Amino acid sequence: MIFFTELWEAVKLALGALRSNKLRAFLTLLGVIIGVTTVIGIVSLTQGLDKAFGDQISSLGSDVLYVQKFAWVSMGDWSEFRNRKDITMNEVRALKEQATFAQAVSPSVGTRRTVRYGNKSVERISITGTDEVKTSDVYPEFGRDLSAFDVENRRMVCVLGWQVANDLFRDTDPVGKLVKIGGHRFRVIGILEKQGSVFGMNLDNEVKIPIGVLFKLFGRKRSISITVKVKDPALMEQTKDEIRGIMRRVRKVPLGVKDDFSINQMDMLLDMYNKLTSALYAAAIGVGAISLVVGGIGIMNIMLVSVTERTKEIGIRKAIGAKKRNILTQFLVESVVISAMGGIVGILLGFGLGKLIASVSPLPATVSVWSIFLGIGFSSIVGIFFGLYPAGKAAKLNPVNALHYE
Amino acid sequence: MLIKLQKIKKDYHIGLETVHALKDLDLGIGQGEYVAIMGPSGSGKSTLMNILGCLDTASDGDYILNNSNVSTMDDNQLAEIRNREIGFVFQTFNLLPRATAVHNVELPLVYNGRPAAERKEMAEAALERVGLKERMKHKPNELSGGQRQRVAIARALVNNPSIILADEPTGNLDTRTGDEIMEIFEDIHDDGNTVIMVTHEEYIAEHSDRIIRLRDGKIERDEAA
Repeated sequence: MIFFTELWEAVKLALGALRSNKLRAFLTLLGVIIGVTTVIGIVSLTQGLDKAFGDQISSLGSDVLYVQKFAWVSMGDWSEFRNRKDITMNEVRALKEQATFAQAVSPSVGTRRTVRYGNKSVERISITGTDEVKTSDVYPEFGRDLSAFDVENRRMVCVLGWQVANDLFRDTDPVGKLVKIGGHRFRVIGILEKQGSVFGMNLDNEVKIPIGVLFKLFGRKRSISITVKVKDPALMEQTKDEIRGIMRRVRKVPLGVKDDFSINQMDMLLDMYNKLTSALYAAAIGVGAISLVVGGIGIMNIMLVSVTERTKEIGIRKAIGAKKRNILTQFLVESVVISAMGGIVGILLGFGLGKLIASVSPLPATVSVWSIFLGIGFSSIVGIFFGLYPAGKAAKLNPVNALHYE
Repeated sequence: MLIKLQKIKKDYHIGLETVHALKDLDLGIGQGEYVAIMGPSGSGKSTLMNILGCLDTASDGDYILNNSNVSTMDDNQLAEIRNREIGFVFQTFNLLPRATAVHNVELPLVYNGRPAAERKEMAEAALERVGLKERMKHKPNELSGGQRQRVAIARALVNNPSIILADEPTGNLDTRTGDEIMEIFEDIHDDGNTVIMVTHEEYIAEHSDRIIRLRDGKIERDEAA
């Protein structure tokens, strides 16, 4: 009980000392403020990124594999990849027939063309040639999706993405109408539901047509991307092994030779992303730590000056009955109050900075509770650590000498 | 006997030299006495006051205060003694400049661990005693010299100490204000407090009942005023 009254008195005293010399207090705090601002700013930006990234990854599904010619994340020289053969419908058929761990297998090829309706047109639309097998949970909002019949018979039909339909048709019902894709006429059989953007790509600016049609009209020299929906995400490794086996067999890759294709997963992106953010966090903490040390030295310096200035006061207090412990507590609390203030200012500035950057750039920012505690905690520790020496000096002053100090 | 000094010695080491500030001093002061300590510069009166006030410890000898041997106490215990048994009044007032009068007066109680309400009550009573209650929220720089010394006296009284130790209390005051302050000391003495005053002015010393004169670290004379 006595301890808390003492503590509270010391805090009030410290705040009074700060108030009486605001400029000096501010200059002292600068190092701590900069340190904390940097850390909090970077942390809040990174956390915003984490959240945005996490949201987008989860919207894409972690139970999907992409068998493609190239890896998404490749380390090694490009020449190794240059000479890879395209993936063809042979591999697609083999996987459909033989991959027992797969729930659904679907091919996909892409190109970009202009899509026209009447006098309206939209350019550079992603045209995806695929089949009727579903590997994601995107359904048509109007009309229907491609059917096996459409695919087998290479019918000139298309399913429009939400954005394309909106841009071309405004208030008219697109289903049943004829559009021109790359100069060829297609009948619209369905409109997909709105999906939004992923990593900056607008998924609604897409048009689906039967894969055979794309090959026929727009060229066969393309590598197919095979999307595989796995039956059980827990058995991911077995699923990948099975796919790898089938692919190597069909592509006749000899034993001992590396795969000439890649099995890509969203997780790889997540890994790479985590590596990047870890590096970011480390850099932020590094800069923050250095600034805090600099700030701490500043605090120690000012506290030493403060102790010297108040030598007489310390003598008076000791004469009245203050023990070493009382004086030590008084100055230590002052030191902690100063640096905690710096921490609070730094946190506010850090969040402000994060929000500012978020408003003028695509980077998002969030406020998180633990980073507040981190900021206050670290700055308080700096206050205690760097305040200890000056407070100790104050406590050890001889009262007789201190009283006579001018 | 409230204060018993037995064979007190105090040496200061300055560089390679040793100064013998107090040499084999014996002194007894009883409860309720009003004593003046006089002596020229270098006589050791400041040193004696520091030892009496437990601000400093003797190099040798015993100091029995209120039946406790203070000479063997450590820093923390001495601080406690200063807090409970001694009330200081200094020539230069020595108030905390950024604190109000009432906060200055309650400071010994803060270090005594008393709760805020109790402190306020005791501090106000002490200020009342020296006639300064209406000024209690003022800071020292808003008070005259005489008023500041009254605050200092109130602070010295607030924890009901055994001894009031005053070091040239009127040294920084004009004659008339000085007289007012000496009147307050007389009132305090009449209330039963033990007052020990260090001074070099004869007419101040004459207010006391007993004058102890020091020279070269020893008591030269000890007689009624």
